[in-house]
Amino acid sequence: MESIYLDNSATTQPSPEVILAVQKTMEHIYGNPSSLHKKGIAAERILNDCRERVAHILGAEIGEIYFTSGGTEGNNLAIKGLAAARGLEKKHLICSAVEHPSTIEAVRYLEKEGLKVTYLPVDEEGFVDGKLLKESLTKETMLVSIMHVNNEIGTVQPVKKIAEIIKENSRALFHCDMVQSFLRLPLTGEGPGPDLITISAHKIQGPKGVGVLYKKGGISLKPLFHGGGQEEGLRSGTENVPAIAGLSASLQKEFDSQRVQEMKDHLTQSIIDAFPWVKVNSPPKDSAPHILSLSFPGFKGEVLLHALEEEGVYVSTGSACHAKTVQISHVLEAIGLSREEAQGTLRFSLSEENTPGQIEMAGRKIVQAVKGLSSFAGGKR
Amino acid sequence: MSFFLIRYGEISVKGQNRSFFIQTLIKNIRKKIPDQELHIRQRAGRIYLESSCLEKEVIPFLKKIPGIVSISPFQQVASDVNALQETGQRLVQKKIPGTPLRFRVTTKRAHKGFPLTSMEISRAVGAYVLRNTEQLTVDLENPDLTLYIEVRKEGSFLYTEKIPGVGGLPVGTSGRGLLLLSGGIDSPVAGWMTLKRGVQIEALYFHSPPFIGERSKEKVVDLCGTLKGYAPKIRLSVISLTPSLKQLKEKIPEKYLIIVMRRIMMRMAETLAEEKNIPALITGESIGQVASQTLENLMAISAVIRRPVLRPLSGMDKMEIIKLAREIGTYRISIRPYEDCCTLFVPKHPILKPRIEELERLEERLPIDSLIKKAMDEKERVTI
Repeated sequence: MESIYLDNSATTQPSPEVILAVQKTMEHIYGNPSSLHKKGIAAERILNDCRERVAHILGAEIGEIYFTSGGTEGNNLAIKGLAAARGLEKKHLICSAVEHPSTIEAVRYLEKEGLKVTYLPVDEEGFVDGKLLKESLTKETMLVSIMHVNNEIGTVQPVKKIAEIIKENSRALFHCDMVQSFLRLPLTGEGPGPDLITISAHKIQGPKGVGVLYKKGGISLKPLFHGGGQEEGLRSGTENVPAIAGLSASLQKEFDSQRVQEMKDHLTQSIIDAFPWVKVNSPPKDSAPHILSLSFPGFKGEVLLHALEEEGVYVSTGSACHAKTVQISHVLEAIGLSREEAQGTLRFSLSEENTPGQIEMAGRKIVQAVKGLSSFAGGKR
Repeated sequence: MSFFLIRYGEISVKGQNRSFFIQTLIKNIRKKIPDQELHIRQRAGRIYLESSCLEKEVIPFLKKIPGIVSISPFQQVASDVNALQETGQRLVQKKIPGTPLRFRVTTKRAHKGFPLTSMEISRAVGAYVLRNTEQLTVDLENPDLTLYIEVRKEGSFLYTEKIPGVGGLPVGTSGRGLLLLSGGIDSPVAGWMTLKRGVQIEALYFHSPPFIGERSKEKVVDLCGTLKGYAPKIRLSVISLTPSLKQLKEKIPEKYLIIVMRRIMMRMAETLAEEKNIPALITGESIGQVASQTLENLMAISAVIRRPVLRPLSGMDKMEIIKLAREIGTYRISIRPYEDCCTLFVPKHPILKPRIEELERLEERLPIDSLIKKAMDEKERVTI
């Protein structure tokens, strides 16, 4: 049975070029980039090459690109690093209620330590309200952290507009978690972008364990790790050279956003046609081309997931079962889903590797699985 | 190189079966100790083991083999007073905790030609150890530490430790039992308790995809792996309950679901036991732990089969079960979160006192024979 992998927001399959780059680097370029001899220089060249490519894509300077271990470290470094540099006293931070746990939990930690925090609510499609953001900004606000694309439902925040509101109304910095959007969709609109950007390689068919924090020149962050002073002292620890070579390779991979969007639309349509009662959580407009969140009220997401797994279709749920209690995701809660809807939520996330044939097949298998389990569904069904 | 003296308990009273019990125990030991050059001798109601591995490599395995009551790693020296004194001193020295310690020497003299009597040996070694060790006093009545000496013609043994083993009977001496193993805390403990009584268990897991995920099956495989530490082998069969669940959900009123499901599981277990020629079933049920574990329910569950159902936990409290699960190493696995989150089949008010006639009438709606046949045809064997 063919695997149809629709869990690309969790992680992606590394492309052959990436695997080759990692392997070749491990084989031949094993020097420590900090070493003075030529083995070290060869390794450093890999870092510089990657830095250059990322900087080019972001329209940034090479000196503004810092390697991290991935999204969680990037978000933590941006938020906790800034708080450590500025102090918590009389300081304020704003983040949306639908941020990734690595943002929310870092913020909650600082809140416990005494930082004032505003969690911006979102509407039922997951968008933050610009007016509310404006009202929340104060003289003390040092950072606003809002993600570009939501990882659970795919909502695309108007990043440039948000940046404009922040810049016009405060002196706060803007951090944007672009883990789900980097190389998937561009930042549209005029004007300045975020001051800090988090990127992760394994969401774009790169290796796990590597990512980038973009930090606009002049911003000072305190490091999370102390040590040998790599990455200009911001991130000590020998750089993950093979993974960075893999990241470089993944940057060269094309992503045909329109093709993926068409597959997503097709998948949505085939499910909705069969079950008009299914709730589409991803917004109809300004939604990422590769993320589709659907609620099957009355069904248990985990059961549907396993039923699809048996058919070779791999997806995610919107809630995690823990023994007897069901934990509902904060994102689904924030967009106002009922408990029943949240429990029955599945996320399908596509990639360039999927084909229209696969999506056709997946749609059929999803419909089949739902029909097969309908006698077990409680509530409305 | 390491030496061990192994004591077994109940086996020694087993009359004419004794040699079978001891041979089984020796076979189980051989199977568990990863040592090509293991020498095992059996003499005077004990087993002597000589391994080319280190003491600390062997002990963890021995501690888990049912039938072993205690283990004493020993030093072997020439039967000579000086050697006894020096080795005795070294052994005691190793045990000195840094605070005052009371000790004694106990000697057994099998070599009657040895120039000193047991008493004299104890005195000679005791005095030497006392002279050469700090913070030591003699206390014959309540010693913290006893140095045991056994003098034999071909050499003498000295040891200070008696490490408790599992006790019980060697696995395999009490036949075989089929353990209904779930991913929970109880059933692995029930399995361990029967292993300890010498029963070679085979495990049966009822999987129900997609209602239960693959990780729950992994959990059961890992539990079997842990139980295997106590047994020469464990076999696991996996039977899918899904087709039965679908029928049940359609045709059986909610409050009877669990009890009818259990009766179907029992029938399947018995069919498997029949196939494998296994005389008894084992479950982790205890009394009243959850609402459905009433005696009436247990009766209704057992009514569909002829084999005895062993329920070794029936007299235990949850806390006792958890304590034991921690000790045998299954608890950490059992509490992994991906359990059957599917409250799908857990009605709010299960029936507590079902009437068997009522259950039989309800079950007429189900194609039970063909469900069992399908389950048997599609069963899977997992290698542990």
